[in-house]
Amino acid sequence: MIVFENVAKRYPNGREALAGVSFNIQPGEFVFLTGRSGAGKSSVLKLIALLERPTRGTVTVGGQNTGKLRSGRIPAYRRAIGVVFQDHKLLLDRPIYDNVALPLVVAGTPLREIDRRVRAALDQVGLLGRERSAPTELSVGEQQRVGIARAVISKPQLLIADEPTGNLDPGLAIEVMKVFKRFQEVGVTVVIASHDPHLVEQFGQREIVLDSGRVAADNLHASAASRMTAVAPKLADLPNINIDLRT
Amino acid sequence: MSGAISSYGTRHLQALFGALGRLSRAPLATLLTLLVIGVALALPAGLALVVNNLRLATGDLSNAVDFSVHFKLGTPIERVEQIAKNARERPGISSVKVTTAEQALAEFKEASGFGDALTALKDNPLPHHLTVRPAQDASGPAEVESLRRYFAAFPEVEIVQLDLDWVRRLHSLLDVLKRALWVIMAVLGLGVLAVIGNTIRLEIQHRRAEIEVTKLVGGSNAFVRRPFLYTGLFYGLGGAGLAALILLGGMAYLDPSVRELSAQYGGSYRMVGLNTEGAGILAGVGAALGWLGALISTGRHLRRIEPRA
Repeated sequence: MIVFENVAKRYPNGREALAGVSFNIQPGEFVFLTGRSGAGKSSVLKLIALLERPTRGTVTVGGQNTGKLRSGRIPAYRRAIGVVFQDHKLLLDRPIYDNVALPLVVAGTPLREIDRRVRAALDQVGLLGRERSAPTELSVGEQQRVGIARAVISKPQLLIADEPTGNLDPGLAIEVMKVFKRFQEVGVTVVIASHDPHLVEQFGQREIVLDSGRVAADNLHASAASRMTAVAPKLADLPNINIDLRT
Repeated sequence: MSGAISSYGTRHLQALFGALGRLSRAPLATLLTLLVIGVALALPAGLALVVNNLRLATGDLSNAVDFSVHFKLGTPIERVEQIAKNARERPGISSVKVTTAEQALAEFKEASGFGDALTALKDNPLPHHLTVRPAQDASGPAEVESLRRYFAAFPEVEIVQLDLDWVRRLHSLLDVLKRALWVIMAVLGLGVLAVIGNTIRLEIQHRRAEIEVTKLVGGSNAFVRRPFLYTGLFYGLGGAGLAALILLGGMAYLDPSVRELSAQYGGSYRMVGLNTEGAGILAGVGAALGWLGALISTGRHLRRIEPRA
C-alpha cells in the first residue's frame, strides 16, 4: 500500500526532516509512526498526503509513484486518502454536517447519498444528532471525532492521522484510537503518527520508530500478528460499525 | 452518463446558491460594490444613449455631406434625369434628387422674400441641379472627392458645389468622438474588472482556511474557483441592473427638458431610452466583465493557496 524507498526531505529553510527513509506498509495494516518531536513523523504523513514532495527517493502509494503525479491529478489522489489532523482543521463557521460532507461534496456525490453517508459516519463516531451543531459547541474530543468522520466518509483505502490524540485526555485518546482500530478491522490501512509511547504500547501494533529523519526500529512482527487478529474477529467485533466501507 | 451530468449540475447549483447566499449575508457590502459597478457601467452606457439620441435628433447627420451638381443653362431636363438615373445605380450613392430650374426658382422666391422682384425677371436665371447624398459607408473625403470628379466630368455640368474641407473636418470630429467613446468604455470596463477582481481577492483571503481544507480533502482548483466565478457573475449582472435603473432615472429626468427644447425648434422629439436590446447588451457586458474579473482574480490568487498540515 505504501512504499518509501530511500526518501529524503529537505525543507526550503535547510532543515533535513528525512534522510533516507525506507519502509513498506501492506494493505490493511495498522502502523504507528513514533519518535520524538522533529523525528520526521509529520513529514512522512505530508509526503503520503502529497502536501510535500520528496527531495530524493520515491514514495509509492497504492501503486502510484507520487513523484510522477501531475498536479491536475492531485485532487483525485487526495480524495482517495482520509487525513486526520491534530488541530482537526474544521470549518468553524459551518455546522458539523457540512464539515463531514465536504469530501463528498467536492467529489460530486448526489445529495441523498451525502445525507445517508454523513449520518452513518457521524453515527460511527458517536455524534449522530449533532449535525447542526457548530464545531465550537463541541469538546476537543468531539471535534477530533468530527475530523475522523470527515476523513472516513469517502471510504478511503488509506487513513492517516497526525497526532490525533495529542490534545485529548488518556481516556478519550483510547476511545479515539478504538475508532481507528475499527476501520482497520474492516480492511482500511491506518497510519498514525504519535509520540505517546503508552498508547502505542497499549494497542500493540506495528511501530516504525523514527529518529533524526531515519528509521531507528520497525517491529514488523507485531503488524503480522495485528493483521491476523484483525481478520478473524472482523464480523463478530463490529456491532457499532453501521457503514459498509467497501461499497 | 446522466448521473455524471446530474452530479455536475448539482455542483454548479450548489456553487450558484452558495454564492448568492454569501452575497445576501453581507447586504451592505454587496450593495456598495454593486453601486460602484453600476455607476461604472452606467457612464459609458449613458454616453452611448446620448450619442444615439443625438443621431436620431439630427437625422444621423446624413445630410452633412450632401452636395449639389449645377448644370449649364439650357441643358435639357431629359439629359439631367438621365444623368441622375445613372448616378443612382452607382455604388456609394444613397440618393439623387433632381430639382428643375422652375422648382429652384419657386423655392428661391419663397425662401428669399424677393418674390415680387423675381417675377419681374424675363428669363429664369437658375439652372437645373441635382442634390446628391453619398451612402453612409462612402461619405469619407476620398469617396466624396471621387463622386465630385464623376459628376464634373459631364460636359453639361457647370459646377459641383462641395465643401471638401468641411467633410474632412466632420470626419475628424466624428473619429475623435468615436475614439473618445471607446477610450471611456475601455477605462470604465477596466474599472469594473478591477473592482470585481479586488472584491474577489478579499473574499479569497477571507476564506483562505476554507479553501485550504477544501483542497486538503480533494477539492480541485475548478471546484474551489466555481463559487467565486458565480459571485463575479452576480456582481456584474447586479451592477448592470443598477446601471439600467440609473439610466432609466436619468432619462426620465432629462426627457421633459429635451421635449421643451425640441418644441422651441418646432419639433416633437422624445428621448429614446434603453430598449430591450440595449438592456440585453448591458446585462451581457456586465456579466462578462464580472465573470472575467473573477476569473483573473481567482487564477492569480487561488494557485498560491495550498493546504498545510
